[in-house]
Amino acid sequence: MPDHDHAHDHDHAVSEGNALRAEALESLLVEKGVVTTAAIDAVIRRYEQDLGPMNGAKVVARAWVDPAYRERLLRDAWSAIAELGLARGGAPLVVVENAPGIQNVVVCTLCSCYPAALLGISPSWYKDPAYRSRVVREPRKVLAEFGLELGEDVEIRVWDSSAELRYMVLPERSPGSEAMTEDELASLVTRDSLIGVARAKAPGSDAPGARRG
Amino acid sequence: MNGIHDMGGMHGFGPVRVEENELLFDAAWEGHVRGMFALILGAGLTNIDAFRHAIERMDPTSYLTVGYYGRWLVALETLLVEAGVLRPGELDDRLRASSAKRGGGSPVVLESVRKPAPDRGPFDVFRPVEARPRFAVGQRVAARNLHPPGHTRLPRYVRGKQGVITRVHPACVFPDTHAHGRGEQPQYVYSVRFVAQDLWGVDGEPAASVNLDLFESYLESA
Repeated sequence: MPDHDHAHDHDHAVSEGNALRAEALESLLVEKGVVTTAAIDAVIRRYEQDLGPMNGAKVVARAWVDPAYRERLLRDAWSAIAELGLARGGAPLVVVENAPGIQNVVVCTLCSCYPAALLGISPSWYKDPAYRSRVVREPRKVLAEFGLELGEDVEIRVWDSSAELRYMVLPERSPGSEAMTEDELASLVTRDSLIGVARAKAPGSDAPGARRG
Repeated sequence: MNGIHDMGGMHGFGPVRVEENELLFDAAWEGHVRGMFALILGAGLTNIDAFRHAIERMDPTSYLTVGYYGRWLVALETLLVEAGVLRPGELDDRLRASSAKRGGGSPVVLESVRKPAPDRGPFDVFRPVEARPRFAVGQRVAARNLHPPGHTRLPRYVRGKQGVITRVHPACVFPDTHAHGRGEQPQYVYSVRFVAQDLWGVDGEPAASVNLDLFESYLESA
């Protein structure tokens, strides 16, 4: 049997075991009055419905069309985000800006800190050992594997979220997007561009990317 | 602690594997673990630093094999036992009971261990302090060569290395004490930029840097 089948069987068995254990833990905590199933469901619904890359995309699109907003976002991210009617998160947030010749990319090598209060659940690869171990040591190579080939004239700034501050990248506005509305611009901003492993999409590329990344 | 979680710079984990059209939660239980975590943290039964350290205390083999939310599940059980919410072995007992379809055990409401909800959010970490920051933007500093056995947010790959302060953040709750029930002891946090080749020598990539947020006591003048 090829290795990946072994790995898949292993993952499946682990997940089954975890599922039973999680269910047992929840039943105990409900009985003890520590949690309610309704409160757990509300947390899940929040991640499913309210949080996600579309929030970051909205913020970026505004920053692209409004230079004063961009300044406020870079100075005090949550206050600027709240201006758009989005909820403030608990952990402090810093927005770092790409520019010609500068690419920012975010990681948390020690655990998997992510601006979840804005962008929701992080992708699996962000939490995996491969990304956490490698992107601080060989960022240019990792970004190239994501399809983001950068010349040596582009400086790469990796942000390892080692304290409680969270980071989001403000990608460069896509070339050729000058005539687009703010809503149309938001559709160019993908989850991966907010982490810094991709550029914002070019106008005219298909599938809405903000949700899928 | 110099644990498996401190992965920055390690070799051997292979390429980054991107899953196309990934689900928000791979399985329903993951969302439930996330929910339980949020509620337990929100109720003040633990704090985020103690939670991270409970993950770090896992044996390294399990850390790598139980998956991301599997680690959360282990950490929650550890902390709930330590908080007195669960008896040691109670979760295993419940699992055996449910697999034999014997139904649940008798409810045990442990009101005595429940703490009132804290007046701040679990990630609200800025604390005003009277002291002035010891370092300033533009100053060259070194990360100290520390190897504490407990929780720390000073990754191994920067210890002993020099960088430049790029931003001074407000004082924050100090994870190294807060994780161990030794109080918040807030300290200034500094964004420090390390040039890649100062971290990785000749194996560092050109035109690259790594920025970390480091607590004042992790740093010394260089």
